[in-house]
Amino acid sequence: MKKLINDPAKTVDEGVAGFAAAHSDLVRVIVDPPFVIARADAPVPGKVGLVSGGGSGHEPLHAGFVGYGMLDAAVPGAMFTSPTPDPILEATKQVDAGAGVLHIVKNYTGDVLNFETAADLALAEGIEVQSVIVDDDVAVKDSLYTAGRRGVAGTLLVEKIAGAAAERGDSLDRVAEIARRVNSQVRSMGLALAPCTVPHAGEPSFELAEDEVEIGIGIHGEPGRERIALEPADRLVDRLIEPILEDMPLAKDDRVVLLVNGMGGTPQSELYIVFRRAAEVLAERGITLARSLVGSFVTSLEMQGASITLLKVDDELLDLYDAPVQTAALRWGR
Amino acid sequence: MSGLDGAWTRRWIEAIAAEVAARKSELTSLDRAIGDGDHGENLDRGFQAVLGKLDALEADAAPGAVLKLVATTLISTVGGAAGPLYGTAFLKGAMAAGDRAELDARALVEVLTAARDGIVARGKAEPGDKTMVDAWSPAVDAAAAAGDDVRGVLEAAASAAEEGAAATEPLVAHKGRASYLGERAAGHRDPGAESTALILRAAAATS
Repeated sequence: MKKLINDPAKTVDEGVAGFAAAHSDLVRVIVDPPFVIARADAPVPGKVGLVSGGGSGHEPLHAGFVGYGMLDAAVPGAMFTSPTPDPILEATKQVDAGAGVLHIVKNYTGDVLNFETAADLALAEGIEVQSVIVDDDVAVKDSLYTAGRRGVAGTLLVEKIAGAAAERGDSLDRVAEIARRVNSQVRSMGLALAPCTVPHAGEPSFELAEDEVEIGIGIHGEPGRERIALEPADRLVDRLIEPILEDMPLAKDDRVVLLVNGMGGTPQSELYIVFRRAAEVLAERGITLARSLVGSFVTSLEMQGASITLLKVDDELLDLYDAPVQTAALRWGR
Repeated sequence: MSGLDGAWTRRWIEAIAAEVAARKSELTSLDRAIGDGDHGENLDRGFQAVLGKLDALEADAAPGAVLKLVATTLISTVGGAAGPLYGTAFLKGAMAAGDRAELDARALVEVLTAARDGIVARGKAEPGDKTMVDAWSPAVDAAAAAGDDVRGVLEAAASAAEEGAAATEPLVAHKGRASYLGERAAGHRDPGAESTALILRAAAATS
């Protein structure tokens, strides 16, 4: 395994330091407790604060989405490991302007437990906190017998739209309600062509033969739902989009945001091949492609693969999606 | 030995730290099979941080004070699911120990029971879900039935935890990241159950 690193133990620290140096116009970085990446002008008077976070290795999620119109703070944990409650609490304090704070949490056991603990501590300090759990991954059967669906690329859309709602001055209750609405209308499914390697582990998170594809992959290199022989891209795209449309039936003339997300090791050119087929499937069904987003936003280190996300939108969600955003990884209208 | 005092509690924690450091890769590879491959790394980071803080404790600190320091340190350094779960276990154990200078067999069983109950409340897992509860639960049951000798209680808890951890191998996981795998989780030992067995075995081995 080759990686562009100095020391496996310092991968996160040095990455955060570089991010801080590159984007000092957008963020300030707190290193004790490690790490809080806060919007440079936080707390923004009168505004609900948005905090998200989770294990590192999914960059640009979440730090890349800190800035005007999106997150007020991001809390990166160790590689693929939820942050501890201390920095989550610190982030919450840093961004609270008196209007309360929304925690946006991907549905993984560790993230949920650590954010819950931090929210309890914040409450004890008099800060009003609400939490929204993102669980958009249709690959996982949502039942009593699993930890529930995972939060994957749909998280980006929850953060964007809730961020716009907070920026326009909505109350904490309203921002939380919008975030939950986005989560209830967004679905994702991904695949991997090749696994990733956590630097300190030094070995791939799972094995895939040269001609195999893992369908229903998560974003931590955890194996997915089934393993099949490699097929042409169009057929693989169908295998991702069909479960989404089964899970969230869309009618003719429904409008969607289509996000094709790279896992870190797949070139943009291939993401557009995926997009091409996904858009074709939507067109065949008479579903309106309202907005498109193509890129590597919610990654799994250098994993080769992609995910497809569909968000069903109404006028309000579309307006909020279009609202100006200025972050390291997403920027438009400003 | 009549009871377990603060000095014993420190030696136990030091033994855990040494054992976790030695078996870090093994725990991580168990986790890589059915989780996200960071369990050994995370626990090692936590217990190394605990070692760094033990010296700052007063020399005659009671068992409860040592356990509380372990709890707060694990919560703030481990992350993942293991941080809040083990943190809660040690915190509830510390509360059960109170300010007693020595733990006799009965107090020890109360500490272990409180730790197990804390983990169950926080993680909402039940026996058979293929989690650390599958090691904690039989350990507490065995400890409660082991009689009045602390060494006997520790040995019973450690053996039952080891058997419980081994018994997670054929199970399908219902909690945590391994639950995403469905049937594919069967055939692998749960890393949290294994680290629980490690922790309780270290207690039995500490004189």
